[in-house]
Amino acid sequence: MRRPAIRVDGLGKKYKITHEARGRYKTLRESVMDLAAAPFRRLKGESGTTQEEFWALKDVAFEVQPGEVVGIIGRNGAGKSTLLKVLSRITKPTTGRVELNGRVGSLLEVGTGFHPELTGRENVYLNGSILGMTRREIDRKFDEIVAFAEVEKFLDTPVKRYSSGMYVRLAFAVAAHLEPEILIIDEVLAVGDASFQKKCLGKMRESADSGCTVLLVSHQMANVRDLCGKAVWLSEGRVRANASTAMVIDEYTADSGVRNAPGEWSDLRHALRTGTGPVRFRAVSCYGATPSDPPVPDGSMNIIARLDSGVGASRDLRIEVRLADQFHTRVFQANSFEVWRPLELPQGETLVQFSIDQLHLAPGTYGVYLSVGDAEGYHDVISDALRIEVLPTRESEPQRWSELSLVTRSFDFAVRPVEVGSASIIQ
Amino acid sequence: MVEAVAEPPVERKLVEVVERIARTAPASAEHRVVIEPESPWKIVDFGDLWRYRELLFFLALRDVKVRYKQTALGAAWAILQPAMLMVIFTYFFHRMGKLGSGDMPYSLFACAGLLPWLLYSQAVTQASNSVVGSERLVSKIYFPRLLVPLASIGAVIVDFIVGCSLLVFMMIWKGYPPSAQFPVALVALAALLMHATAAGTLLAALNVRYRDFRYVVPFGIQLLMFATPTIYMELPAEHGKFFTLLLLNPLTPLIDAFRAGLLGDDIPWVGLCMGLASGVVALVAAFAVFRKVEDTFADVI
Repeated sequence: MRRPAIRVDGLGKKYKITHEARGRYKTLRESVMDLAAAPFRRLKGESGTTQEEFWALKDVAFEVQPGEVVGIIGRNGAGKSTLLKVLSRITKPTTGRVELNGRVGSLLEVGTGFHPELTGRENVYLNGSILGMTRREIDRKFDEIVAFAEVEKFLDTPVKRYSSGMYVRLAFAVAAHLEPEILIIDEVLAVGDASFQKKCLGKMRESADSGCTVLLVSHQMANVRDLCGKAVWLSEGRVRANASTAMVIDEYTADSGVRNAPGEWSDLRHALRTGTGPVRFRAVSCYGATPSDPPVPDGSMNIIARLDSGVGASRDLRIEVRLADQFHTRVFQANSFEVWRPLELPQGETLVQFSIDQLHLAPGTYGVYLSVGDAEGYHDVISDALRIEVLPTRESEPQRWSELSLVTRSFDFAVRPVEVGSASIIQ
Repeated sequence: MVEAVAEPPVERKLVEVVERIARTAPASAEHRVVIEPESPWKIVDFGDLWRYRELLFFLALRDVKVRYKQTALGAAWAILQPAMLMVIFTYFFHRMGKLGSGDMPYSLFACAGLLPWLLYSQAVTQASNSVVGSERLVSKIYFPRLLVPLASIGAVIVDFIVGCSLLVFMMIWKGYPPSAQFPVALVALAALLMHATAAGTLLAALNVRYRDFRYVVPFGIQLLMFATPTIYMELPAEHGKFFTLLLLNPLTPLIDAFRAGLLGDDIPWVGLCMGLASGVVALVAAFAVFRKVEDTFADVI
């Protein structure tokens, strides 16, 4: 039997959080004062008030076989980055053990160690040896690296005079020639935008039998579903699930509050907002073709907002909804003003429905922005009212989407009272 | 459906990169790494250092090359600095301050003292700032952290070797051929480097947590120069208690021994041996401290 490429056993990483406004840098004086004061504090029984232990990882255990592509998913703060830091040996675990069989490369350290004053040639050698290549290896691959980066003419120019494109190309050329057996990718840190990453990862999947083991940290369920055979779900520093990707993602999405299930209301009463007008958003929900379908690429999408209209609301209201991708690039925008004016809402609660008949969105996560206002100004603006997940359909090929496809401008807009359940009143 | 029209070249490259990486067959089976909390008893992981020896070379090379980039005089600074100090010392300490230098010409005396002193002070200064200066490296990638201060000291050694041409020039000019005790000078130099490495790595580690040392080091180095009288004066045969205290400074006999070994004078054997012994002890202690805290560098820096 082959040895696993990665074996993680009882891994734990403890951080001490200091509850002080000063942060992590301490001057010697402060440390000395703290030290001097510590015995007294202990006498008073106050010890432990300043420091708290925090386990970023606890009892994490999993194995990755050679050639497997494994996704690491979890919410922010679940310990994904800490896990990557431990696996790439940047920080030591507090407990447990990790075994890595193979040369580790990671796309999070591209260009690390480039010195702006040094020439391209010098930086190739420096960066290569930082990444763990031997000098002979770099000698052998040097011409290849340079040709790959297309910087032949500027080899003896300090990289601080490079264009940013040249700089990145050279950095990636070095990273590419490392030929790792275990590749660690943090999607958040990787250079390039979503479409590019998707393309890269797609190519990676095509060569699944290359023997290269890949560990991918991603927030994009669509990517993980597409690329990874297995997934590990981290939650509060522990492994919540470790199984086939489909199973893990189903569990993950089913986990309450992670993503809103289709048609489920998301409460906006405590959302971050600006504006103080009499009309307020109460809740929002989103679904695909029917209230039980999730939005899919090329499918229709419905966004329903529940508004509470107070006294003094204007008769000239306009409601706007926008969708933005994970990089906050606006990909869709619809304003009630364009189809229905003037808009007047009855006092009390009202449902407002945007129906977009064909929304050409690539699979991924999108944020919903809601605003309501009148000619005078905004009543209520919530820039991150809801996160929606556009999932790839089974028939759809993941390669078809570029980062942003065309968005139809055609949409419908409807207002109806809350009490009316299923009957939809269109204009 | 609209396909992406034209990919920017960077992206295309990136795709190729990942393709390449993915295509690569496992090169060698023997890259096995075990990560676990380590036993505190191992002071230096020599195997690890050896594996990364080329990185040490490249880091040192980087420091050497970067030091005099975009300067008009370049490496000449490695000679100019001690040369100017020598002139200043000769004028102020010798002509005005009437400090003696035995039967040796004062300028040669000062030069032979200044060069090892600059080696020490530069090594400590550069090493102490090295880890903090490599913050990006330390927080992004693994390599033995000890390489960083060691490489910066390596670069200082190169400066020293270049600077030695001044000493050679002075020896020829003043008619002092190297003495037969020359190897003693090398031993003294080695001991001096041990002290410098010890202080440098220790300060580098402390600097990560307490940035105070950024201010302490330059000031401390200045004080230390005055506390090492042999750099600028011949040690008097008769001296008070305070002066005896200064002689406890291991740098004094080491610099003295360097000069005596090179130019042929009485070698302070006791001081040299003590300096050597204390150097070894300091080095082991400093490496132990560095080892103890290096695992937290990425978390604290």
